[in-house]
Amino acid sequence: MKVTMTVNGQTRTGEAEGRTLLSTFLRETLGLTGTHVGCDTSQCGACVVHVNGKDVKSCTMFAAECDGADVATIEGQCAPDGTLNKIQQAFQDYHGLQCGFCTPGMVMSAAALLRDNPTPSEAEIREYLEGNICRCTGYHNIVRAIMAASGQEVPAVAAE
Amino acid sequence: MPKDGGIGASSKRREDVRFLTGAGNYTDDINVNGQTYAWFVRSDVAHGTINSIDTSAAEAMDGVLKVFTAADFESAGGIPCGWQVTDRHGEPMQEPKHPILAEGKVRHVGDPIACVVAETLEQARDAAEAVEIDIDELEPVLDMKAALEDGAPKVHDELTSNLCYDWGFVEENKEAVDEAIKSAAHVVTLELTNNRLVANPMEPRVAVADYSRARDEYTLYTTSQNPHVIRLLMGAFVLSIPEHKLRVVAPDVGGGFGSKIYHYAEEAFVTHASKVVNRPVKWTSTRSEAFISDAHGRDHKTKIELALDENHMFTALRTDTYANMGAYLSTFAPSIPTWLHGTLMAGNYKTPVIYVNVKAVFTNTTPVDAYRGAGRPEATYQLERVIDKAARELGVDPAELRRKNFIKPEEFPYDTPVAVTYDTGNYHATLDKALEMTDYAGFEKRAEESKARGKLRGYGLAHFIEACGIAPSNLVGQLGARAGLYESATVRVNATGGITVMTGSHSHGQGHETSFAQVVADMIGIDEGMIEIEHGDTANTPMGMGTYGSRSIAVGGSAMVRATEKIINKAKKIAAHLMEASESDIELKDGQFSVAGTDKSVAWGDVTLAAYVPHNYPLEEIEPGLEETAFYDPSNFTYPSGAYVCEVEVDPETGKVEVLGFTAADDFGNVINPMIVEGQVHGGVAQGIGQAMLENCVYDENGQLLSASYMDYTMPRADDMPMFDVDHSCQTPCTHNPLGVKGCGEAGAIGSPPAVVNAVIDALHRGGYTNVEHIDMPVTPARVWAAMNS
Ligand code: FES
Ligand code: FES
Repeated sequence: MKVTMTVNGQTRTGEAEGRTLLSTFLRETLGLTGTHVGCDTSQCGACVVHVNGKDVKSCTMFAAECDGADVATIEGQCAPDGTLNKIQQAFQDYHGLQCGFCTPGMVMSAAALLRDNPTPSEAEIREYLEGNICRCTGYHNIVRAIMAASGQEVPAVAAE
Repeated sequence: MPKDGGIGASSKRREDVRFLTGAGNYTDDINVNGQTYAWFVRSDVAHGTINSIDTSAAEAMDGVLKVFTAADFESAGGIPCGWQVTDRHGEPMQEPKHPILAEGKVRHVGDPIACVVAETLEQARDAAEAVEIDIDELEPVLDMKAALEDGAPKVHDELTSNLCYDWGFVEENKEAVDEAIKSAAHVVTLELTNNRLVANPMEPRVAVADYSRARDEYTLYTTSQNPHVIRLLMGAFVLSIPEHKLRVVAPDVGGGFGSKIYHYAEEAFVTHASKVVNRPVKWTSTRSEAFISDAHGRDHKTKIELALDENHMFTALRTDTYANMGAYLSTFAPSIPTWLHGTLMAGNYKTPVIYVNVKAVFTNTTPVDAYRGAGRPEATYQLERVIDKAARELGVDPAELRRKNFIKPEEFPYDTPVAVTYDTGNYHATLDKALEMTDYAGFEKRAEESKARGKLRGYGLAHFIEACGIAPSNLVGQLGARAGLYESATVRVNATGGITVMTGSHSHGQGHETSFAQVVADMIGIDEGMIEIEHGDTANTPMGMGTYGSRSIAVGGSAMVRATEKIINKAKKIAAHLMEASESDIELKDGQFSVAGTDKSVAWGDVTLAAYVPHNYPLEEIEPGLEETAFYDPSNFTYPSGAYVCEVEVDPETGKVEVLGFTAADDFGNVINPMIVEGQVHGGVAQGIGQAMLENCVYDENGQLLSASYMDYTMPRADDMPMFDVDHSCQTPCTHNPLGVKGCGEAGAIGSPPAVVNAVIDALHRGGYTNVEHIDMPVTPARVWAAMNS
């Protein structure tokens, strides 16, 4: 069937089977490979995108369900001239990524968190990232990056 | 004063921009025109005889090009093992064949039996379900000790038993160790398990092969930590493809942690299949598939005995280890429990005699190989646990007992009784630093506060040493390595002064593109932005041994330094000619060549231009162009060390352990990029805490892996980790590489498991549970509670 959605502000149409996942549609049909697939049980969060303003795991949704939806992916996060947004910049500044594979999902989750809770505490950040796994960073610098992006003071090491 | 560029600066990572914008180029992002898709049919039983495979129904399905079975690989070799270990009696290890697709028998759940290649992934998957396989199930052998008993089912019928090798090290020490233990004032014994883990890089493995009939050439894109090694192993040993006809590319790779070092059957499969079907073939692992087909890590069972005299000085150490190999020998598997483990059993201590026995065993489980640290975490865990137990039995302070037995700073270089020479170190300094950072003196007060809240607080200390930058080639060759362990680099200077460096070290998260550029920029005195680092493609680097064992900067970086030195030497000759001066008077500083004692100078860019536009150029003395290659083969390992402290609270009601703080004081020698180094430690510590508290592979009695997805295998998440307090200010530079660096990638995973378990045992003892000597990892609430109530 034909599926049409607005992706990062552009109307995109493509063929999808009923069983085609949104993650597959974005990666294979639309060529937006920034959205990653790290698991098959909806546990890792590498595939997080926003659908109609809500963060979702794109491996858990069918593309057909998103017909007519507004989808935001990592590719649409920086300015058209390539300037990183506040969260992306904070990830670079605070070394919140290593291999970069979890990173698109982390950035999309962080964006959703900060929209709902502009100044989250360290504990709130850790709790919100429950659905995202990073194997490289130990999370320390991801937490710091999100604190920095929210304009808060960044702890060198958290007080006990 | 922090530097803002060059060696020692926390330069921001240039690779981040593409990763943060979704513009990375991971292997699964690569699609080749006309590609087909592979889907493996894998064994769902641990052990069995294959009676028949019927592919006819699958072959007839829509879009199916071919269904492959072992019969299609009769001319191919098995997946080779890269290291041969010789046993105690001088016999070579038993080395069974590891076919690409199972031949006659399946030996673990996940063993590939057949593979469908079809037009679409969905068609391949659907057809795979239609492949009919008749298997007679055999009794599996899972427990290592049971596997060695007479009459145990054999994993490989052609072998004499399930014993791969029985290794003794150092054999000449054996009697002296037995004697010393017999006559010691104290002998402390501990039995423990180093739990089996799955590396779980976030990017699953992928292989895409593209055979060109027109050029009779193959290109393989694969998620690899060492593309040249894959080219060598697969080309020379499996498929008989000459290396110049085979290009292996590992572009952006989403983490490896050891599991992407090895040459896997799937890589050889797609490469061969792409020629047979004459189309590109792509395979992408699912996570569930990764759990049963990526090499696992650890899985040792050990008994360790430490002998001490009446002054509490260590007099001897004896260990007995059973090491699981799984069903086949993965590329480096035999070297892990032996040369990467036995040689580290001295730790940071002056134990005069040591004897290590390792029995490597085949079982009906997924093959086991190196995982972050590889052998070193296993050695450190045993040693640091038994030292803690010794301190408790003797009623002495665990920090003091360690300090007393440390090799002293003035005693380096130090020859251990297990065949290695530590070049430099200062263990007292790292220990003091960690105790200071964690306010050791104030711990009793904190423990009291916890007690008032009904919690048991524990302080866990561990010190570690590791051998990084595995080397040198002639030594490892004697020890059984079937490859060299050098590294190469090519530095290509362009006419306008920009530089491209091709390195055999592979970056899969370590930030080489940034830190390697810092080194070259520093040496020449130009802006880091003028340097580009390329890696991961056999087409552009002469040879590479890849990235593992923290060898990138120590070995790969050193090769790059040597090549850059050659560049500078040649550039000086050109500059001397341009300034009509003697070559010996030329100095290079901040990208300017000048003649000593004069105000004459030419800029870097003038010299590089002259090299490529040789109008005024000494053609009879020097060739035009500015490109140099160097190979570097180190003379020794490097020996980073450090002190790790974990503070925990145990809830006596539930057995739940909470990590309150984690501190690492490391000595990595010189540090190129402190920010990147800290990040490496964070990641390692998280994996170490993961091993200690959460992660575990569990097989049931039939050999089914129960922990085979993220729903069952507990990966550390943000909520499980504290903030880490990391320091690397204690620096004793390595004396035998030009950068003085030691390597930092594995430290966290080595030092943290014993620190966590020591902390938990400490907490229990403080709470009066003095009968609990040990709890095996992961220290889950159930295990802790059971230990407290035993
Ligand atoms: S790929 Fe979607 S949660 Fe893992
Ligand atoms: S940066 Fe590698 S998984 Fe997070």
